[in-house]
Amino acid sequence: MASNPTVSGSAQFTNQPRHIHRFSRTERTLHWVHAAAFFVLLGSGLVLYLPSLSGLVGRRPFVKDVHFDTGLAWMVAIALIVLLGDRRGLRTTVRELDAFDRDDRLWLRRLPRPQGRFNAGQKLNAALTASFAVLFAVSGVLLWYGERNNSFRFASTILLHDGLMYVSLVVLVGHLYLALIYPSTRHALRGITTGSVRTSWAREHHSKWVDERYPPPK
Amino acid sequence: METPQERPPEDSRPYGRRAFLGVTALGLTSLFWGKAAWNAFSGVARPLENALPSSIFPGWRIYTVASTMPTFDPATWRLRIEGLVDRPQTLTYDQLRSLPRAQQISDFHCVTGWSVDHVHWGGVRFSDLLAAAGPQSAGTVLQFVSAEYPYVDTLTLQQAELHDAMLAYEMDGKPLSREHGAPVRVVIPEMYGYKNVKWVERIVVTDHVDSGYWEQRGYDIDAFVGKSNGL
Repeated sequence: MASNPTVSGSAQFTNQPRHIHRFSRTERTLHWVHAAAFFVLLGSGLVLYLPSLSGLVGRRPFVKDVHFDTGLAWMVAIALIVLLGDRRGLRTTVRELDAFDRDDRLWLRRLPRPQGRFNAGQKLNAALTASFAVLFAVSGVLLWYGERNNSFRFASTILLHDGLMYVSLVVLVGHLYLALIYPSTRHALRGITTGSVRTSWAREHHSKWVDERYPPPK
Repeated sequence: METPQERPPEDSRPYGRRAFLGVTALGLTSLFWGKAAWNAFSGVARPLENALPSSIFPGWRIYTVASTMPTFDPATWRLRIEGLVDRPQTLTYDQLRSLPRAQQISDFHCVTGWSVDHVHWGGVRFSDLLAAAGPQSAGTVLQFVSAEYPYVDTLTLQQAELHDAMLAYEMDGKPLSREHGAPVRVVIPEMYGYKNVKWVERIVVTDHVDSGYWEQRGYDIDAFVGKSNGL
């Protein structure tokens, strides 16, 4: 990168703006709708699940309604955002998330390799989040219908729904740590709220992506 | 149409979709093997499970149908036994506790799939409970009316006289707690939890089976564990 000996630091990239656009409006809406629904579902779910909270809050039928209705609203909202949002952009994003190149595979083995707009860990997190969303929805609907109709009842549904909750909590703690506390990564929060991040930060963490947008001087 | 620039580089591998499909398939198939695997695992993991605070892994879930849980006041609480009996009874908490005491350790199974093993119950067998009232010969069914309105369910007298069925007032060595149905609940380990009526305040001896709260919503009337409700 520092091929020109007369300049140093970020000053060498005279063609790049101070900030770089990382997440589209559609992507950010998806993220925050999913996050908000997750917290409401987690809170109401824990009241249904933990005896101490059930005893404290009472009103189980009401909490159950909140949990069901939020689950339903979450599915509808996600579908609407995908349908009405920037679908072309989302398709590109999905392709990005799917593809693990050689650098990604080495990065996962903790080697310091340059990364694209998403690093390999973020790609895995996205895959896991998407598959958990499907599994939460399927097991949730089965729990709901199983209450009325035997053919929807499986002995393991509740185990799956609870298991997903426990694993999600662990992943969420890691996600929050990196997004809010860990100094070198927490700037990413700006990207998912405003859409853009500091170009210098992006060059440090996602250099392949920045290089693609603003090729470094040869 | 994909432009050449959008095509992933030569060395790229579709790990993203593999992770997604793999985890999704694992989760969906677990509907069929999850519980068996969990049972095998929890035998091994029991020491670990016991070491964890019960507030994180409680085992129990508290199901209620009304907006508030009944509150137990020993001074005013009464258990009424009525219907097709020779001598209707109204028992105070102390009178109930002075009846012959039975205890047992049994597993508790919920129809939704969770179980709590080795629960220690203390209470009264139904034959001892009903002795003073004297059910008439036509009275073949017990209807349990909960203080949690409108929860209600029934057992035939024959079911209630299974060797390990009881009206319990103690759980794990302590008086039954509020969320478990204080002061008394039905315990019938052969059947799913919804037949184990909590907060019982009235037992009506009748000659016919009426649908209970969950049975009006599609659950089986005879709720034998592993042999009912499609399980």
